[in-house]
Amino acid sequence: MIHKINLYDVTLRDGSHAISHQLSISQVDEYTKAIDTTGVYAIEVGHGNGLGASSVLVGQSQLSDEILIKTAKNNLQHTKLGIHVIPGFATIKKDIEKALSWGVDIVRVASHCTEADITERHLGYVREKGKEAYGLLMMSHMASPEILLDEAIKMQTYGAEAIVILDSAGSYLPDDVKARITLLSQNLNVPVGFHAHNNLGLGISNSLVAIEAGAQIIDGATKGFGAGAGNAQMEVLAAVLQKMNYKTNVDLYRLLDVADLVEKDLIKEPITISSLSIVSAIAGVFSGFSKHVKRIAKEFNVDPRDIFMELGKQKVVAGQEDTIIDIALKLQKRI
Amino acid sequence: MKFKVAILGTGNIGTDLLIKISRSPYLQCTLFAGRNLSSKGMLKAMSLGITLSDRGIDAILENPECCDLVFDATSASSHKIHAPILKQLNKIVIDLTPAKLGLFTIPAVNLDEALKYDNLNMITCGGQASIPIAYAISKVVSSIEYIELVSTIASKSAGPGTRANIDEYIETTEKALSHFTGAQNVKVIINLNPAQPSIDMNTTIYLKINNPDMDLISSEIKKMVVIIQSYVPGYFLALEPVYDNGLVILSIKVQGLGDYLPKYAGNLDIINSAAIALAEEFAKNKEVCL
Repeated sequence: MIHKINLYDVTLRDGSHAISHQLSISQVDEYTKAIDTTGVYAIEVGHGNGLGASSVLVGQSQLSDEILIKTAKNNLQHTKLGIHVIPGFATIKKDIEKALSWGVDIVRVASHCTEADITERHLGYVREKGKEAYGLLMMSHMASPEILLDEAIKMQTYGAEAIVILDSAGSYLPDDVKARITLLSQNLNVPVGFHAHNNLGLGISNSLVAIEAGAQIIDGATKGFGAGAGNAQMEVLAAVLQKMNYKTNVDLYRLLDVADLVEKDLIKEPITISSLSIVSAIAGVFSGFSKHVKRIAKEFNVDPRDIFMELGKQKVVAGQEDTIIDIALKLQKRI
Repeated sequence: MKFKVAILGTGNIGTDLLIKISRSPYLQCTLFAGRNLSSKGMLKAMSLGITLSDRGIDAILENPECCDLVFDATSASSHKIHAPILKQLNKIVIDLTPAKLGLFTIPAVNLDEALKYDNLNMITCGGQASIPIAYAISKVVSSIEYIELVSTIASKSAGPGTRANIDEYIETTEKALSHFTGAQNVKVIINLNPAQPSIDMNTTIYLKINNPDMDLISSEIKKMVVIIQSYVPGYFLALEPVYDNGLVILSIKVQGLGDYLPKYAGNLDIINSAAIALAEEFAKNKEVCL
């Protein structure tokens, strides 16, 4: 069945990880002006870990949430504006309430894949305020398809109008994606989405598998600009979908123009699949850890691959970046 | 004679308190009150032969002589209703919800001050684990530009109340952290980790301090750890303070006693152990008065 696909652009959110959350006003301004003409369904802006996440744990933003959101909102007439929210980092009173007043259209409330019940109040609040609320299950490779479905159903009950599963570690094989998206799209009453990371070079193909299994929302990033090895490269995805006759509303030429702009103005070093990204996928660790692991490994003179493997063994979740230094110190003592 | 205490709320916190109280040489639980006589906590209390009630606060209203002190382990919204009633009845109240009505209390920091008040708020588990350390450091440095607390607890140790109150957890901990350290710029983060076997509660503290005297800071931290261990035996320094990237960083782990929930529930243990240390101090004080 050929259905319509909504492309959801995470370049200015997931890409923040790639530049240690140092987006500038002019980058946000230029990018949002350009993306608004492409037909992309929605664009997300913010710190890599979302609203209210600027911290020494995961990195401090150059710009406040307020400036990021207002700058983006000012340029968007056609493309909706989304934000990423992780309860535990952001609260309704300190963060979500304000973000809605600055004009956010979509709030994607995310939890670790087995902890959906911490999103209940935040999803409820967003619905109550009449905005679009999505439920996101992060690090979804750490749960079986059945558990993922249970958690997705909880989010649907709390009011989520779409459920997106994130391959935060970029570790899915095509069959993993197929099993999960098939089960979710057959059993949920709301659209299902998929968010890829490209650590194993499967960002585009896993997104296609998700679409064929019933996903209707696909996250992408221009030039793949995202954490670790980056996300599904959005302009490539748009081209593939066009060739396969899927409807996306996207004007491919305009999107390619945006990609050229990003290459020129946003990206200091191209997003590639580094050796370390491959290790992090094998270890099943959140892609956002990559910059921190590199810095700390260098500082304590230990092999960053050993840190990733140990993080994987400890089954850390996004937000446990504080573990890195502890592991580095222990590895250093072992040497 | 032991000091008579009542527990309101029969969830994980209330039930664990009950088990700890049954070992106390100073405290006796004379009422365990909730809403549902067939809850898991109630059944546990029944097996211990405790007086039960499913009438909540009304059970105390009807028999005010039953207790001198009340532990409130319900919810922030319920505590706001309970507090004025218990004040009228002249009860000392130890509040384990994030209602923030009473004095923020950490036994290792302000026990003497607490004895002058009748409503004591126990802040949060992450607050009990980290604020005394941040406080100890704040006493020996000229200023702390910024403090950040990151706690990770085992999924299985977080009951439905904790999960629904994650925003209140952050707001209460941040407020108390500023209150005790004088630092205005603070941030609190909490994670739930589902790994099996369950992890111990971990709290990492980041403090932005210019030119810190690490030897002095380390020795102050170690002194504070010993004080906290006197009422929370499973409390220990997991990452000794390091100076990295302009920040003093250290981590605390807390293992529980394994009373009602298994040992990984250090988060439950630390707030309850702190509450009991406080109640025992009231009990000892009363003995002196008599």
